[in-house]
Amino acid sequence: MTTLIDAPPTDADGLLPAAKKSSGGGLGQYILIRFLLIFPTIFILVTMVFFLMRITGDPITAAMGGRLPEDQLQERIQAAGYDRPILVQYFEYLGQLATGNFGRTLTDNRAVVEMLSTYGSATLELSINALLVALLVGIPLGMVAAHRRDKAPDAVLRVFAILCYATPVFFAGMLLKLTFSVWLGWLPVAGRARTSSELALTSLAAPTGIYWLDALRSGNMAALGDVMAHAVLPAVALGLLTAGIFLRLVRTNVIGTLGRDYIEAGRSRGVSEYRLVTKHAYKPALIPIITVMGLQIAVMLGGAVLTEKTFEWKGLGFQLANYLTARDFVAVQGIVVLLAIIVALTNFIVDIIAALIDPRVRY
Amino acid sequence: MSIPAVPVPMESPRAPWYRRLPVISHFNKSVGLQRGMLVAGLVLTGLFVLTALFAPLLAPYGFAQLSDADGNFPTQQAPGGKHLLGTTVGGYDVLSRVIWGAQTAILVIVVAVAMSIVVGVVLGLLSGYLGGWLDRILVVIADAVYAFPSLLVAIVMAIVISGGQSSLIGGIFAAGTAITLVFIPQYFRVIRAETVRLKAEPFVESAKVVGASNIRIMSRHIYRNATRTLPLIFTLNASEAILTLAGLGFLGFGIEPSSAAEWGFDLNKALADTTSGIWWTGLFPGLAIVLTVVGLTLVGESINDLNDPRLRGRKSTGSSSPAPVDSAAIATEVRAS
Repeated sequence: MTTLIDAPPTDADGLLPAAKKSSGGGLGQYILIRFLLIFPTIFILVTMVFFLMRITGDPITAAMGGRLPEDQLQERIQAAGYDRPILVQYFEYLGQLATGNFGRTLTDNRAVVEMLSTYGSATLELSINALLVALLVGIPLGMVAAHRRDKAPDAVLRVFAILCYATPVFFAGMLLKLTFSVWLGWLPVAGRARTSSELALTSLAAPTGIYWLDALRSGNMAALGDVMAHAVLPAVALGLLTAGIFLRLVRTNVIGTLGRDYIEAGRSRGVSEYRLVTKHAYKPALIPIITVMGLQIAVMLGGAVLTEKTFEWKGLGFQLANYLTARDFVAVQGIVVLLAIIVALTNFIVDIIAALIDPRVRY
Repeated sequence: MSIPAVPVPMESPRAPWYRRLPVISHFNKSVGLQRGMLVAGLVLTGLFVLTALFAPLLAPYGFAQLSDADGNFPTQQAPGGKHLLGTTVGGYDVLSRVIWGAQTAILVIVVAVAMSIVVGVVLGLLSGYLGGWLDRILVVIADAVYAFPSLLVAIVMAIVISGGQSSLIGGIFAAGTAITLVFIPQYFRVIRAETVRLKAEPFVESAKVVGASNIRIMSRHIYRNATRTLPLIFTLNASEAILTLAGLGFLGFGIEPSSAAEWGFDLNKALADTTSGIWWTGLFPGLAIVLTVVGLTLVGESINDLNDPRLRGRKSTGSSSPAPVDSAAIATEVRAS
């Protein structure tokens, strides 16, 4: 794991140009280069976050300053080693990260790793649900918009896409809550499940932490229904944000492929316009979606922070907001670093998938 | 013998200067639905700017005002009467805070976009033109920051700059700088890519032959050509800045309510109201955000479509050209959180 410290400069400089031209390199080489590029990305983000957070001072003063007498404060700073030179702390931090030690939170004294694994699954569940909503809404509507280009449905859908983009997730969430929970009373206001189902699900043997999966595995249908009801609004609020982007991507790409020769050939053979869109044009148009999905993961994680706060969905984002309010910067740093790793890894996976689907990506 | 009048193309260098200004030239090029979208965007954006400029005249009360001659404002009062849009749990007048919020938003946009344009353009020019080590390092850093959820970058920066809370000026600069760090990579990438392309153009080479210095080539020959796409990124970034500011405010990293009105912060406070069915404290600041962002996005998208001849007309004339450069991709690139 010393690669975390050593690899970046050499990797970045040796491999970047290769990754760009890579004439004649095979898939294996591409995957390897792409994999090695993960490390500089993570390394840079970790370094940036570390030094930026330390510019303000040490975490203990930030969290406890004003609440403890000065001498006790100094004592705790000394005990935690925050009075040593910053470079020493930095290398120690890198070493700890490499062994998977993210430190302990200041406010509630938990191991950051444990906190991350407890709440990470909730965020994962929310992101999966939201991604499903985004795909189910974005792709069909994008195809409709492309099919009816410059007609009324297209105009309406484009405005819809812009609205999706322009509405902050927390505002969308608030409106959904008001309408469906408070006024209509159809869906629960907040949280991931009722306390009873939460208890049943967390007491399972080896829970995944993804509630609907746990409910399915244990065959607890009542809990499943409850979990689903809780999941709808957050998933829609976060999913719509991405749905608008998917809609526009599918639209432009389907319009692009509809202009190709093979579509013209299909049209001249008498293939119906509907079939042209749904069968012939849409598959090539999906490739860009996969590439964009990598970026969308980052967008979604950012959105998840806000969604979780809106719906009191006890995931990483909810915790992040709490720790921010409590000025517990050790915990904040841990969450941010974990998210950086997730983003780097998903981007890697997405790039590989894109390369597998479309060989041109590799060259 | 009279020569028939030849219509002068809009973009010809001989068109009067005011017809060549970014938005006006785009307006002249537009037709139909596209013109409608551009106009709608301009109207919304104009409203936003006017509200911000004339906030002191438009707002019935101050943003931090809790009482007037008749005594303290009631708390959580429904819209109507003296308080057109109701009052918040803290006793603020919702309408006034929505109007003053436009001013905060525009200040943050100006600070954030101005700083990121300056830094991004300079770095992009240097990196693209000089190449080598500097270029590679800057590209890796920019890509790393770019891949990261922008809200988190902004949060980290907000912690760094203000420790979280601050006064009006401090808060605006904190939010502005936090957003700047998110945007720099975008300007950097665009300008760098253009610079690398332009570097190989004959006019740059001839400038070199004539003996122009690197700085002169960068600042005159490349700069002018590489910054064509900036109006588009600017409008998209302005909307992005508003969303990021609102996100920061919603997480409690905004500007103190006593020093400025900020929509995201008001939504944070309104969150607790929703469960008891109080809708006016959240709805109006939220709508203000949505309308402003929609306006800016419509302008940006229209400019993008009009810049691209393949997207400009009503229908592409059966061309077999590959997929047009799509606004969604650019918007996505420019977008996060």
